[in-house]
Amino acid sequence: MKVEARILLSLGSFFGLMAALYWFWGHENAGGVMIFAAMLLCFVPGSYYYWWSRRMRARPEDDPNATQAQGAGVVGAFPGTSIWPFTLGMGAFFVVLALVFGIWFLVPGLGLVVWALFGGTAEGRRGGTR
Amino acid sequence: MTDVLDPPVTSEPRDHAHEEHHGPTGILKWITTTDHKIIGLSYTVTAVIMMVIGGAFAEIIRAQLASPNNTLVSLAQYNELFTMHGSVMIYLFAGPFAFGALANIIVPIQIGAPDMAFPRLNALSYWLYLTGSITMLSGFFVAGGAANFGWVAYAPLSNSINTPGAGADLWIGGLLLTGFSAIFTGVNLCATIFYLRAPGMTMFRMPIFTWNMLVTAILILLAFPVLTAGLIMLYCDRHFGTHIFSVQGGGVPVLWQHIFWFWGHPEVYILALPFFGMITEIIPVFSRKPVFGYKGMVFATMTIGALSLGVWAHHMFTTGVVLLPFFSLMSFLIAVPTGIKMFNWIGTMWRGEIWFSTAMLMAIGFLFTFLVGGITGIYLASPPLDFFTHDTYFVVAHFHSIVMALVLGAMGGLYYWGPKITGYLLNETIGKVQFWFLFIGIQVFTLPDYLLGLRGMPRRVGVYPLHPSWQSLNQLSTVGAIMIGISTIAFMVNIVYSWKKYPAGDNPWDGHTLEWFTTSPPPHHNFYRLPQIRSERPTWDYNHPGHTAAEHGHHPSNDEEVPVA
Amino acid sequence: MSKVFSVEPPALSPQGVSNRTRRWRRVRRIVALPIAALALAGCTVPTFGASPGATTSSQSAYHLWQAFSIGAAIIGTLVVVLILWAVIFHRRTSDRIPKQVQYHIPLEMTYIIIPIVIVLGLFAATLVVENKEVANPKTSVTIDVNAFQWGWKFTYLGENVVVVGQTTQDPEMVIPVNENVHINLTSSDVVHGFYVHAFNFSRYALPGVLNEFTFRAVNTGTFNGQCTQLCGLYHSLMFFRVKVVSQSEYTTWLATNASAGAVRTSQTATNQQTSSIVPTKPAKSEGNN
Repeated sequence: MKVEARILLSLGSFFGLMAALYWFWGHENAGGVMIFAAMLLCFVPGSYYYWWSRRMRARPEDDPNATQAQGAGVVGAFPGTSIWPFTLGMGAFFVVLALVFGIWFLVPGLGLVVWALFGGTAEGRRGGTR
Repeated sequence: MTDVLDPPVTSEPRDHAHEEHHGPTGILKWITTTDHKIIGLSYTVTAVIMMVIGGAFAEIIRAQLASPNNTLVSLAQYNELFTMHGSVMIYLFAGPFAFGALANIIVPIQIGAPDMAFPRLNALSYWLYLTGSITMLSGFFVAGGAANFGWVAYAPLSNSINTPGAGADLWIGGLLLTGFSAIFTGVNLCATIFYLRAPGMTMFRMPIFTWNMLVTAILILLAFPVLTAGLIMLYCDRHFGTHIFSVQGGGVPVLWQHIFWFWGHPEVYILALPFFGMITEIIPVFSRKPVFGYKGMVFATMTIGALSLGVWAHHMFTTGVVLLPFFSLMSFLIAVPTGIKMFNWIGTMWRGEIWFSTAMLMAIGFLFTFLVGGITGIYLASPPLDFFTHDTYFVVAHFHSIVMALVLGAMGGLYYWGPKITGYLLNETIGKVQFWFLFIGIQVFTLPDYLLGLRGMPRRVGVYPLHPSWQSLNQLSTVGAIMIGISTIAFMVNIVYSWKKYPAGDNPWDGHTLEWFTTSPPPHHNFYRLPQIRSERPTWDYNHPGHTAAEHGHHPSNDEEVPVA
Repeated sequence: MSKVFSVEPPALSPQGVSNRTRRWRRVRRIVALPIAALALAGCTVPTFGASPGATTSSQSAYHLWQAFSIGAAIIGTLVVVLILWAVIFHRRTSDRIPKQVQYHIPLEMTYIIIPIVIVLGLFAATLVVENKEVANPKTSVTIDVNAFQWGWKFTYLGENVVVVGQTTQDPEMVIPVNENVHINLTSSDVVHGFYVHAFNFSRYALPGVLNEFTFRAVNTGTFNGQCTQLCGLYHSLMFFRVKVVSQSEYTTWLATNASAGAVRTSQTATNQQTSSIVPTKPAKSEGNN
């Protein structure tokens, strides 16, 4: 996990420097805030990875001499087919149409979104279909 | 050091490929799939359709401009045309193709993963993209027509007084959907690359395409939320009576430009980096050598990503309210890592055994075209030079050189990876016809536009004064656009002609990276078996033992091959 | 598609020199000619597409353009030659696997450091010209330029002269040669672009913001201007002109056109020749936004 942490922390540090330089030289609020936010967005996962990298053993994918047998078994949860992404997508579509054509579009929109969130979460707990 | 000549160890393959299991078929299968290969294929087909739509708008624009006071379209229609041409090409074709299409299919296979980290989120990204595209394009069917304020939608032109009508709101809404689509894809790519690599696939053994997609994903996460926030602000100004961007309410119109371009400049690198990655995959394979300067490429990509967040106001030099030296310096500096990549590509070809499949031709065409676009970009980094080229056809030519180079990269990627994804090769002769029409067409289209800009022709104009030199240059540019159109037709013809005609086999190009180890197309969960991974070219190492480039590899100071211990 | 890999090894010519060496010798002869031609051509620097323009700052921007272009030509030619070289001379001639070179630290360092030096040099040159352009010397003529959808209004401060016109009416700004002219640029509605090709210069007209700049014309003549930032329906037709005249002509012009706040609209354009497209709806002259 060390390389990942280093990537994000270096990016974050670079943005921090750039934010400081731009804030004091440019006196421009929008850009200063945005670069500062970019720094935070890199430091948050970066520090998390760094913290973990000091506590975990080398994973097979970080070990240059790993064999394929070391990575055997179940790697993660891969729900095979699922109707919920499509449902959630259609719900989001209707919500956006509500922005354009009228608030009553929020009825099918939010309805589908909420239904998909419940259904998708339940499916996730069940493990989905392989 | 472990001997790479060991047979692949596959006693307990990771999430090994299943036999075809019975699931839904037909359209229900498409709607419920979470398989990254099918999702990526859906993205590819949709993105190519968007490319054709955007291209059709372009042909109408160039037909209008072939004559100075042309009345092919009205001025109002013309404003809609270039707005939607740019919007469709950037938001609906190039972006989704770059990070949703080929990346979706190839990144998991390149790192030995069974799928993306969040398959259902991946599917959601596609549906948001599809519905977002439909939303934006449906502007043409409402009263007032589609959005007509340019793909950048500057305030106050984009407010409800200057652009009333649903077309603008549909444009905003479409971008909210596609924006979230991109953000979710960014999350998925980062998680997949960080967590799902196969054993032995350390970060510095990943293919350069995957590295580029990682940096692209980080840029997406940094930039797209800013655009989304800006769009919401614009919508509030239009409909909820806020005055964020309007002077009379105490707002600041130029704030829109800051927010838009803070996203907008990383966006163009989000578009470019994936295609840089594709080129970096194609050139080594067709030169029969490894990537030259692998670590240099990785650091150049990260430098480009980092700097790209600090250059946004070079799009705003003429506003008079930005810190010119800061943005000018950053913009000059970002040319350096891009140049490093160019020299590394040449170094990869150097003293290789280059063979010219269509994919390699596209890659070489990319090098020339991107060189032109990149060099003209350096001019634009200088404010005094930008002052007389900004908003003229010089800038139009510059970015078209860049994006058409990316199109060459896209075509290269399709010819190179098409066989892996579909199992069938495309016809090489038709491919070469497509290449020459595309490459020459791009130059004939863009080079006159540089001159037009230097002679004073502004952009976003539907008619222009009777100027003898302007008309002939415009006509030449239109001829180039027609040639590009012909190349697109050749591409469609190739797809139809080659349909299921030339079975590809696992590794038709003697490819180096992990995706060439599995079948074409790959099975469910991608791999029946995996080789030892001891370098960034696991498939090459497996196929060509004795020609690996080990730790101290084939250094020019060595006259003989370094034996692998 | 199966026999892609079988190619004959390179042939040798009767003299025993490999074809590669013969090609290299031929290339050397061909390349020598244009280099000699350039050397003999004399010392005028090409324009590279731009023009010196009519003001002092346009000329310094022009020289900066030429400097950039010389650098671009050298680097561009170098890279093109390298690509072509590889593509021509390192083509596949056999099934052999070439040396699998992965890196060369000295070479890579070279093409990192040299480009950094080059771009820093370009940046330094940029700063010199830029500081000249944003300087604000004493001026004798000050004009308020107000952009609006879809025309221009020029108010001569302290002179009681106002020129206004929209789209193809092509309002004309008259200024004296060899005098510093100060412009106060703003917009009444949306963002517009004040662009005069012969000045090698453009600046946005932003609502609620006053953009100031100074220039000094060194040539007389009439120069076309146009709006370059998309501003709505008639953006393509938002023309204006700048007419640079001698000091005495300028004084006469001022005297002729000065009146107590009255507005003078300039005549229909003759050199733009787009009068076939004339807006039918009356343009807003000073909308508030």
